[in-house]
Amino acid sequence: MSSLTDLTLSEAAAALRQGEASSVELTQACLERIESHDGAVHAFLAQTPDLALEQAKAADKKLAEWRKKKTGDLPIVHGVPLAIKDVLCLEGIPTTCGSLILEGFRPPYTATSVRRVMDNGAVVLGKTNTDEFAMGSSTENSAYGPTHNPWDLTRVPGGSSGGSAAAVAAKMAFAALGTDTGGSVRQPASFCGVTGIKTSYGRVSRYGLIAYGSSLDTVGALASSAEDLLPIYEIIAGHDPLDSTSIREDAPAIVLGDTPLKNLRIGVPTEYFIEGLETDVEQAVLSAVAELEHQGAEIHKVSLPHTDLALPVYYIIAPAEASANLARYDAIRFGPRHASDDLWEQYLETRGSLFGAEVKRRIMLGSYALSTGYYDAYYGQAQKVRTLIKTDFEAAFQDVDLIACPVAPTTAFKIGEHGDDPLSMYLEDVFTLPANLAGIPGIAFPVGFDLNSLPIGMQLLGPHLSEGLLFRVCHAYQQLTDWHQESPEL
Amino acid sequence: MPISVDEVRHIANLARLRLTPAEERRYAEQLSAVLDYAARLKELDTEHIPPTSSVLPFDAPLRADDPRPCPPRTRILSNAPDQEDGMFRVPPVLD
Repeated sequence: MSSLTDLTLSEAAAALRQGEASSVELTQACLERIESHDGAVHAFLAQTPDLALEQAKAADKKLAEWRKKKTGDLPIVHGVPLAIKDVLCLEGIPTTCGSLILEGFRPPYTATSVRRVMDNGAVVLGKTNTDEFAMGSSTENSAYGPTHNPWDLTRVPGGSSGGSAAAVAAKMAFAALGTDTGGSVRQPASFCGVTGIKTSYGRVSRYGLIAYGSSLDTVGALASSAEDLLPIYEIIAGHDPLDSTSIREDAPAIVLGDTPLKNLRIGVPTEYFIEGLETDVEQAVLSAVAELEHQGAEIHKVSLPHTDLALPVYYIIAPAEASANLARYDAIRFGPRHASDDLWEQYLETRGSLFGAEVKRRIMLGSYALSTGYYDAYYGQAQKVRTLIKTDFEAAFQDVDLIACPVAPTTAFKIGEHGDDPLSMYLEDVFTLPANLAGIPGIAFPVGFDLNSLPIGMQLLGPHLSEGLLFRVCHAYQQLTDWHQESPEL
Repeated sequence: MPISVDEVRHIANLARLRLTPAEERRYAEQLSAVLDYAARLKELDTEHIPPTSSVLPFDAPLRADDPRPCPPRTRILSNAPDQEDGMFRVPPVLD
């Protein structure tokens, strides 16, 4: 064994069961890896070594008992070190959302998704970097500095779950929780060459996820492969009475097995192969589709005619919801305060100075779209066009089982490349936004490299609650190819 | 430019954000660019299209309005920037 951090999550789980490694050893190996490389990568905003080692010791104790009897279920993640995106609350541990307005905040409770992975024996290494309040596509909008892409430190890891994606790619954690409101799991997974699941809206509890766009926010996860990702998904999926939008049923068990690709109908949407899509990305995605066809899948051209409207719809609806959600940062109950004798003055000064540029931009945009005289023209109209985008997918899924398309038009771009041009940055999300507006799941995974040796990702999108099919097809592809096994030199 | 600097000031006030004059100018420009881009939504005839506010097929459930345990007051107050006698302390809002 070269190094414990070189193991996949599944291999680490096997090593724990066989007594070849302890959870404490795995945890120490991850902490050492973070120590060596996070100065350059900056995937973490807060590390929790004391908590991690305490959890690891408890996990080892249970493992020792399990090894004596070899009976009863031990969750695959038991004793495995993970990272958590810093928009998910963990009681008593600093949670900032990458914002100065939550500096020093220690949540009084724990998010359901985080609670569930911990209840299943997972070890929490720390909280990962994010664009402020998950608003961004590069992690450059973090108030605590950008994360660097482990494949090329001069480039972004994508965003907003860039810290989680970079931590997994750099082998600092075996998997990580992330969130996806407009592509924030899938695009960083693509940029960092890892596998990421954007879950169906309602499938995973949002309790304890600090809200950005409540009708779009989803909790997901990232790991090196579908096989490693599945155990995390299965733990976090399922009903939670603490989230009123949580679907009131258990998530069905998923068996990867040998999925026959024969007769699987895969749609390739013409609207995703447009000007601006880099040639290398197009070629890699089409090659991956050809591989699936070679294994017996039927490839169909499909049309999602309102695709080009997803971007304007999203950038009305998400900021509108954000402007309402972020009204809670009033410097009364939590967060730093720019104190004044006048309450109004205190609001203006605290919020004006502690929110970052992109957050203020979206609050302004949303407040405008919701304001008297503009509501129908912007917000009302965007909600109607959202219906059209949703029905595009419903119509397509009458003819095909799932859709294959690029995750982003480009591979990882340079830090600072988009400067102060919000619209050009928003265009990075053009292929990921539609799934959020429709509430459907997607899985992103590596399908090649471009001329600069940067990972290229493809996404599979399926009907609402079709995660099982997405995992099985992604796994089948990863059985045939080894793109997901490549990792960056650090 | 759909948004003027005056409008930016008005919205910033609604949203309780103090902006510098440079920010006001920049946001007027940038918000106008995004709203110009969003103007293409208006070209669509959506008269008979219902709006989507949630993708879920059910309404938000209501729980019984019964008292339940909640975290202790000290824990809730532990993040407060200012507190007094077990309460959040704020500047006076009435003269």
